[in-house]
This record gives sequence, C-alpha cells and structure tokens, in this order.
Amino acid sequence: MFGWLVRRDLILAWRRRADVLATFFFFVLVVSLFPLGIGPERELLRSIAPGVVWVAALLASMLSLGRLFGNDYQDGSLEQIMLTPQPHYLLVLAKILSHWVISEVPLVIVAPLLGVQFGLSQNTLGVIAFSLLLGTPVLSLIGAIGAALTLGLRAANVLVALLVLPLYIPVLIFGAGAVSASVEGLSPQPYLLLLGATLVLSLVFAPWATSAALRISVE
Amino acid sequence: MRYLSCPFFSILRVSVTLWLIHAMSNRRFNWYKYAAPANFYPLAGKMIPWFTSITIILFAVGLYVGLFVAPTDFQQGEAYRIIFIHVPAAWMGMFLYVLMAIYAGIGWAFNARLASMMATAISTTGAIFTFISLVTGSLWGRPAWGVWWVWDARMTSTLILFFLYVGFISLQASIDDPRRADRAGAVLALVGLINVPIIYFSVQWWNTLHQGATITAKSFKMAPSMLAAMLILLAACWMYSIAVVLARVRYIIQEREREAPWLAAEAVT
Repeated sequence: MFGWLVRRDLILAWRRRADVLATFFFFVLVVSLFPLGIGPERELLRSIAPGVVWVAALLASMLSLGRLFGNDYQDGSLEQIMLTPQPHYLLVLAKILSHWVISEVPLVIVAPLLGVQFGLSQNTLGVIAFSLLLGTPVLSLIGAIGAALTLGLRAANVLVALLVLPLYIPVLIFGAGAVSASVEGLSPQPYLLLLGATLVLSLVFAPWATSAALRISVE
Repeated sequence: MRYLSCPFFSILRVSVTLWLIHAMSNRRFNWYKYAAPANFYPLAGKMIPWFTSITIILFAVGLYVGLFVAPTDFQQGEAYRIIFIHVPAAWMGMFLYVLMAIYAGIGWAFNARLASMMATAISTTGAIFTFISLVTGSLWGRPAWGVWWVWDARMTSTLILFFLYVGFISLQASIDDPRRADRAGAVLALVGLINVPIIYFSVQWWNTLHQGATITAKSFKMAPSMLAAMLILLAACWMYSIAVVLARVRYIIQEREREAPWLAAEAVT
C-alpha cells in the first residue's frame, strides 16, 4: 500500500508536469531576483547567499503544499484512502514522501547551480545541497500538518503560510547556518547534526499530527 | 474517537484521567457540573465582578509602588520603569500560550466543549499580552540600548510566539464549523507547544553565533520595592486575564448555544 500510494502520486505528478515545474521555476526566479535587487558586489552576495537560498526554498515548498492533499480531497480519493485498514501514519508518510520527491528534490538538485551565481566555493555548494537534502523533508513533514488543517477552507493558501512559516524557523536557522559556516570557512557539521535531529523528531511526530488533522478535516 | 488510538494520546489520556479521579475523590465538589456551559455561564457571570475589582485594586497598588515607591535606577534613570508592565506582559504571553494549548488539548481529547471555548477565549488575550510586551520592549530598548529593535534571542522568540498566536486565531476564524475549529486549533496549539522550546533554542544559538556578545536585559540589580511592584502587577495581569477570559467565554457560549432554552431563561432573569 505504501509503495502503491507513492507510485500513484508520482504518476499523477508526471501527468501534470506543469504544476511541478512552476514551483521549481519559482525557486530559481526568487533566488535570481536577489542579486538584481541588492547589486552585484561579490562579497555581499556571498554573505547573503545562504539566507536567500534557504528562504526561497521555504517559500517554494510552502507554495506547493496546497497540492499535497488538495486534489485528493476534491475528487474524494482522500476519503477512500483514509478508509483502508492500513495505519494512517504510513499512508500520510507515503503522501509526504512522494510530495518531497516531486517538489523538493528538484530544488536540492538545482540549488548548487544557483550557488554558482553567488560565487560560492565548491565546498560550500556541496554543503548547500546536503543541508537542503536534510532540511527539505522536514519542510514537507511540518507543512503537511498545515496542509491537512486547512483542507477545504476559504483562504487556505494564505492561511497555510501563517501556520507553517513560524514552525519552519528552526529549519531555516540550522540550514542557513550550515551554509554560512561553510562560507566563513568553519565546519558546518554541528548545524547539519541539528538538522538531522530535527528530521528524526519530525519524522516521528509530524505524520501523527497530520493524520489527526486529516481526520478532523475530512470527517 | 479514532484519533485517540495512537499510543502517545492513550498514555496521556490514562494519566490525565487517573489524576482527575484522584483530584475529585479528595474533594466533595462536583467538578463535572461546571464543565457544562449551562452551569458555567451563570458561575462565570458571578465571578467576573470579583476578579475585575481585584484587578483594579492590584493595578492601583502595583502602579503606585512602581511609579512612586520604587527608587530610580542609577544606570537607566526613570526609563526602566517600563519593565513593570513589560515583564508581566511577556510572562503572561508565554503562560497563556501553554494554558491555551492545555485547554485545547483537554477539549480535543475529552470532547469537552467548554475547555475548547476557554482555549479560544485565551488566545486573544495571550496575543494582546505578547503584542504589549513587544511594543513596550521596543519602547524600552530605545533609551536603554539606543535602538528600537535588536535581534536579541528573547525579542525574536517573543515575535515568533506572537506569530504562533496569530496562526491559531486565524485558523479558528476561518473555519465555520465550531467543532472542527476547536479540534484543528488543538492540533495546531499542541504542535506549536512542542515547537516552542526548539524555536527558542534555535533562535538563541543563531543569535549567539551571529551577533557576538548580546545585550543582557537584566544587568541591573533589583531593589525589593521594584520586585514587589513587578510581582503585584503580574498578579494584576493574571486577575485581568481571568476576568477578561471569563467574559469572552460567556460571549462564545452565547454565540454557540443561542438555540438552547436555558440561555433564553438566563437572559430574562
């Protein structure tokens, strides 16, 4: 059931490639806007790059949250999925996993390329990719709670931002901290360990909270 | 009650139930009676005037001690006196968030309507106190530090706490069905409660690593009268919160139970 759900979501996403690409280009665009707004000084760009990449990743992942349960909720398949005798924890985890693969993995892959625009060293580019690899699953996990709570509400998109962004703050701090440390020539390891701890913690709690929220919203 | 099936909630539920049974067997007082809005509504109505008058007295005494009895600080002059409202407001903002999450959790786990209404009523008061602490903090920061705002760990986490309140209030406001609003709010409040310590520590690390030496807000020693004024005003803020929350709960009950016959009878008398 877990594998089946992941496969189904990936196929569905593949058939609606435009939606996925929109989030991806949003990320690229936002990151590229900053040098235009701030100016092309190399030192300045290098010092703001970690924050810019991470904030853009936060916004991009938040934008795609509406897709996580929205389509399934509208056509009624979410209800059917919830009625299966499988544990909800696993079902929700499958949805989150496929959402991560669809909307976040492209960001992880393209982020080092964007880092080149900011004149970052090769070492730092690796840290960007790795910190995003650890941090973006947390964004999907926490975001899923917000997406489940706002299912079918009037101003769901704006509301999700209000609910989820404050909860994203630790990820932003640890992720951008890892990249900054690497820019300054320090070891990013403590930040990456903290990101890993956040990932483990949210992996345990977030799917529970999400399935509780889904039951409230679907009921 | 399928959402209670996960082990975490069942442990929580069993321990809370045991504690409640223990507490109730000790006293000859029927707590359950006042869990019903019909019984709580008149009780709250009777309690409000008492808490309001205690609030007024405590505020008067606290402000007198704070503004006239407490000595002038030799470092900061008269400007330090803003802590008499700033510190109680900041504490209330934090306490009320925890209290709100507990009420929301009880309301969700036991399907207790009144507890959920209490959480909704507390959220507004908590947000107001957090906002007051932010505004007074920045008013105090201008003379003490020379700037309106510093990205100091305490101020930043208070700002985030304010955002958490805003999220809770706007989530509940945008759900029309009150039962769903109660439960969704409970999930959000509990998730926020788990996150508060993580946010606090992450902000603190971020702060110490980015800023070097931080400004310590409590660099001056407190005279006993200063401490007394602060504690009296803290008590005043508590009493104010109780009075206002009870009044808000009464309005929420009026709104949700407007079909109930007992409310019509209550309105006549």
